Amino acid sequence: MSSTNNESWGSRIGLILAMAGNAVGLGNFLRFPVQAIQNGGGAFIIPYLVCFLLMGIPLLWVEWAMGRFGGRSGHHSTPFILHNMDPRRMLWKYIGVFGIFTNIAVAAYYCYLESWTLSYIWHSVAGTFMGQSAEQVASFFGNYVDVTTTTTGIPYEAIWFWLICLLLNTWILSKGLSGGVEKVAKIGMPLLILFGVVLAIRGVTLTAGEDGALFDGTVGLNFLWTPDYSSIWTAKVWLAAAGQIFFTLSVGMGSIHCYASYVKKKDDIALNAMTAGWMNEFVEVVLGGAIIIPIAIGYLGVEKVVELTKTGGLGLGFKTLPFLFTQWGPVLSAIAGVCWFGLLFFAGVTSSLAMGTPVMGFLQDEFGWKRGPSAWMFGLIVLVLGLPTVLFFNYGVFDEYDYWAGTVSLVVFALFEVILFAWVFGMEKGWAEINLGADIQVPVFYRFVIKYVTPVFLAAVFLGALPGIWDQIRNVGIHEEIASTTDPAKLAFLHDKLLFVDGSRMLLLALFLGICFLVRKAYLKRKEHGHGVV
Amino acid sequence: MNTSALLLMLFAVGSVTAFTAYFFYRVLTTPPRKEPDSYLDTDEV
Repeated sequence: MSSTNNESWGSRIGLILAMAGNAVGLGNFLRFPVQAIQNGGGAFIIPYLVCFLLMGIPLLWVEWAMGRFGGRSGHHSTPFILHNMDPRRMLWKYIGVFGIFTNIAVAAYYCYLESWTLSYIWHSVAGTFMGQSAEQVASFFGNYVDVTTTTTGIPYEAIWFWLICLLLNTWILSKGLSGGVEKVAKIGMPLLILFGVVLAIRGVTLTAGEDGALFDGTVGLNFLWTPDYSSIWTAKVWLAAAGQIFFTLSVGMGSIHCYASYVKKKDDIALNAMTAGWMNEFVEVVLGGAIIIPIAIGYLGVEKVVELTKTGGLGLGFKTLPFLFTQWGPVLSAIAGVCWFGLLFFAGVTSSLAMGTPVMGFLQDEFGWKRGPSAWMFGLIVLVLGLPTVLFFNYGVFDEYDYWAGTVSLVVFALFEVILFAWVFGMEKGWAEINLGADIQVPVFYRFVIKYVTPVFLAAVFLGALPGIWDQIRNVGIHEEIASTTDPAKLAFLHDKLLFVDGSRMLLLALFLGICFLVRKAYLKRKEHGHGVV
Repeated sequence: MNTSALLLMLFAVGSVTAFTAYFFYRVLTTPPRKEPDSYLDTDEV
């Protein structure tokens, strides 16, 4: 079966914005500031930037180079991009399965997250939160994800918003790279930055006594950036920094490989990768650090925000900020809501689109599917796999997907890919690939970093995560909750939760094995047609 | 803001903004490659 894949990027800026959009996600605004607060305040930026330089940038170059190299042989998804680099070994194409598995599984819950932002834009404009107390706004979120509880009179509201979001993603994907993904990135990324700048200015200039604020915005900045230098000598902080760099750049997913596979041999990847990577850092450090914490601390004070951030940034973003916006009056509140949830939506949609392209590339390359059917198949798979995350959100299905697909798989895949690139494919060829057509001089120092430092960093992150993985497998957290609960209703809920958690793992395992089967089938088909090796 | 927080913030925000602006400037000022390249916008009709 010959490939029907004749996708192409429209422009260099479009490619860079799409790559940056792939990297920029909700975590830039919700995860980064919380990680900084929990890991030494301002001092966190030191391990964070070191990890960006020694792990993030090398991985970006490695993934761009692998993608472009694979694209030259007509491969646009990781199973055969990896296989192409060491065709003698059977292993790599199955390692490459991670690059499809992760995208499907993450998209399955990420689209739901994205749909919350759409819904909250609607509620911000409709003025739903005006006049509500802080507790009412917070419980609105709980009611919303409960699915059966309606917040606006529309039954199953959360499901409708999720379906709209999924349809929108699928429709954009069906328009192709230049006609869909790139157009959204060209509109979405500038708007995201504009919304971010508006909110950052508002956050930083917040004045105590105005609009009910208790403190100046600078109090939040002061809290966020005051360094605790003793923290940078602890392994936990370095693991947190490495983890943040990892997730913020969307490395280890297979989406960068796919986007880069549409870049031709003589065109630059070195400067493109740097530009997209640093743009993500700008959004995260400059904008992400100036919105949620200064505004939240301005209204709630340091102690309350520290308490709220213990459960992550999601609560601050969806339960607290909408209430704080209402303090600015109906018009400004609506504008702030549209800016905040709008930027989160654009951050989300540019990432979820990147998750669809490797799956489509695989179906087009290996099974001769056309673009439209490939996109709708991706949408259908995400619909089926995503439904449990929507219906059983409170039973931990969403978190389970996030843990295995959005956390563990990324580290495993990145570790394997850097070993393949630096040690199997070889640094000689790898370095030449990175520098081919480069518009910047890549520092020679990075040849050493890619070969030795990045794999060690990744291995450390993986080994550091092993105890947590083991605890997760044994459901330690849920069992501890069961042991400390006497309420029969809560006990029944926790036992149900155990079932749902184990069930979602089975589902993910089935997905992984299913993709392995398809890769095997595609490989045999390639062999049959005489191009099974490269 | 206290001095160490202010200095650290200015260093981080300043350096990240400077690197981002520099690389974008390099992209915008690099002349396009001869055809055929990777991008449809530069294709001759």
